[in-house]
Amino acid sequence: MKPSKTWVIVVAVIVVLVGIRMSIGQGMARAYVQRVDQSVEVKANEAHGASTEKWTEWHPVAPKKFEAAQKADPSQTKFAFSWANTIGLWLAAFFTLAIFSFLYRDNPGYRLAEAVIIGVSAAYWGVIGFWDTLVPKLFGALTPTLVHDQVLPSLPAPTTGQVVAMYFALALGLMLLMRLAPKGGWISLWPIAFIIGVTAGLKIVSHVESDLVAQTVATFDPLVQPVVGTEGGWMLWPTIWASLANILLVIGVLCCLTYFFFSVEHKGVAGRAARVGIMYLMITFGAAFGFTVMGRVALLAARIEFLFDDWLWLIDPAGKRIVEVASAVGSMLCWW
Amino acid sequence: MSKFITILEGLDRRWIFLAMAISVAGPILYIGITGKTLPETPTPAARAVYKEIEALSPGTPVLIAFDFDPASGGELTPMATSLVHQCAARGLRMVFIALWPLGPQLIDETIKRVILADYPNLKEGIDYVNVGFQSGNEAVMKVMLTDFALAFPITKNGVAVGDVVALKGIQRASDFPLLVEVCAGYPGAKEWIQYVISSSGGKIKMVTGCTGVQTPGLYPYYPVQLNGLLGAIKGAAEYESLVNSSLAPKDSTAAIPAKYLEAQRRMGPQLGAHLLMIALIILGNIAFFAQRKSKVRATS
Repeated sequence: MKPSKTWVIVVAVIVVLVGIRMSIGQGMARAYVQRVDQSVEVKANEAHGASTEKWTEWHPVAPKKFEAAQKADPSQTKFAFSWANTIGLWLAAFFTLAIFSFLYRDNPGYRLAEAVIIGVSAAYWGVIGFWDTLVPKLFGALTPTLVHDQVLPSLPAPTTGQVVAMYFALALGLMLLMRLAPKGGWISLWPIAFIIGVTAGLKIVSHVESDLVAQTVATFDPLVQPVVGTEGGWMLWPTIWASLANILLVIGVLCCLTYFFFSVEHKGVAGRAARVGIMYLMITFGAAFGFTVMGRVALLAARIEFLFDDWLWLIDPAGKRIVEVASAVGSMLCWW
Repeated sequence: MSKFITILEGLDRRWIFLAMAISVAGPILYIGITGKTLPETPTPAARAVYKEIEALSPGTPVLIAFDFDPASGGELTPMATSLVHQCAARGLRMVFIALWPLGPQLIDETIKRVILADYPNLKEGIDYVNVGFQSGNEAVMKVMLTDFALAFPITKNGVAVGDVVALKGIQRASDFPLLVEVCAGYPGAKEWIQYVISSSGGKIKMVTGCTGVQTPGLYPYYPVQLNGLLGAIKGAAEYESLVNSSLAPKDSTAAIPAKYLEAQRRMGPQLGAHLLMIALIILGNIAFFAQRKSKVRATS
């Protein structure tokens, strides 16, 4: 059997299983909401008198709450099926599967999901940039009355220094945009130089303080690290382990530094030290790789958990549904 | 043997993807149905996080930074939940901030999941406050060192920080004895250490929960500059078990809510995936050495 046919069968089996899951037990992938009536007392001011503002919010709720309420009173209106949230749930499942489908090969579903993610991310960053940076910081300093009256009534009035700083920031921002102009692109080099200068100034000090000095100090630990017990004496094994850790740390630092010290040919003692240094580096890379795998598997597990729990209703760790999920899975397997 | 090696050499990588999917999905189904999780033994780094929070007396202000987004939620949400769970149980004054734009929404979700659900006696604005997001990365950290209100003038709900009871007595970052950081990248724990912890002269302690990718880069800071570290989902599971065992009522047989077992549930798929990875590495090495041996034979 050719691999392509095999994979068509694998996908077909998955589609059939999802179809079966939809038709047995409670079905799958439905979202419910609960009506919550909200109100707030608005204090009187010069423009209007005191009043009470009321509105209704619909909060997501577990299916079992809807089912219990429906069982008690079929005409209840507190809980309701949510088309919007259900469509959102199906879209989330579709996009998750579309992204996974790239593992088989590139396809229109994957490209659609990719384009949607990029578009939504760009739009979201644009909105965040405007409302969380430009409005409170720039407009809040340059047009404080407008921002205070229309958007952020609690925003403190800017000081003169802040206003001057924001005019400076506005000028730098406009200069940066000159990069897009057909002529005068060189003007954008000035704000870039300013950004690089400030960043370098901040980073150099902090790196020297926290990475160079503090890390060097942390390496100068005594080779013998006594671990004192509750009775005041040295504890043998903890002392041995702590001392061994410090000895390995010092050896590792010296050997790794030797490996990166190219003024001396890596022969003899220097060569052997450099070789030990390589081993330390390899162990470090291995640990980094292991942690990366762990992180990626955790993300994969989270998505599969979403598909099994919220979409397929195969598992129910949080007890969101009434029917025993194990029985649904069992009946599905029996059917199969 | 040679036929087996030939199959390995020509194996379609998609079979490996399928095997990985099954090795992750199988334990999720099993744990999801049975509710059983793997036992965890907390390491010193996870214990240190627990001890640092436990050492604070009730009412002490603690700065909790959510510097991540939903893309890393699979790893970081469980540790964020447990961290807030312990802080709420301890009665600490929680001040939530975010230097990532999606942080405030994740803070709200965690508050809803933990504080509103299990600690309804805690009042917003008094016992906890979501100050929200501020753009500027390291610049915000530097400003916080001298003037907290200048870095965060208003809360997420638009209230001036000077009017928030939970922020009473907070002038600068060093007024928080502990910084709890949950991070997924830049800006994150490394920047907090570089710009705040190192500059505070030891006044602020810091514990962090981070993604697996960041963990090796943060270990050199522990335990001197970083007082506790939760590395990836493993660290989250260790800390979760520690918090659950300490907060579970001694005389009750009530089950621990599923939201407080999220990290421990995810260790099952980790086991399956890692066993598969080890098997693949061994098979890959067998294929490599067999191929090299056959080449040597062919040459000689």
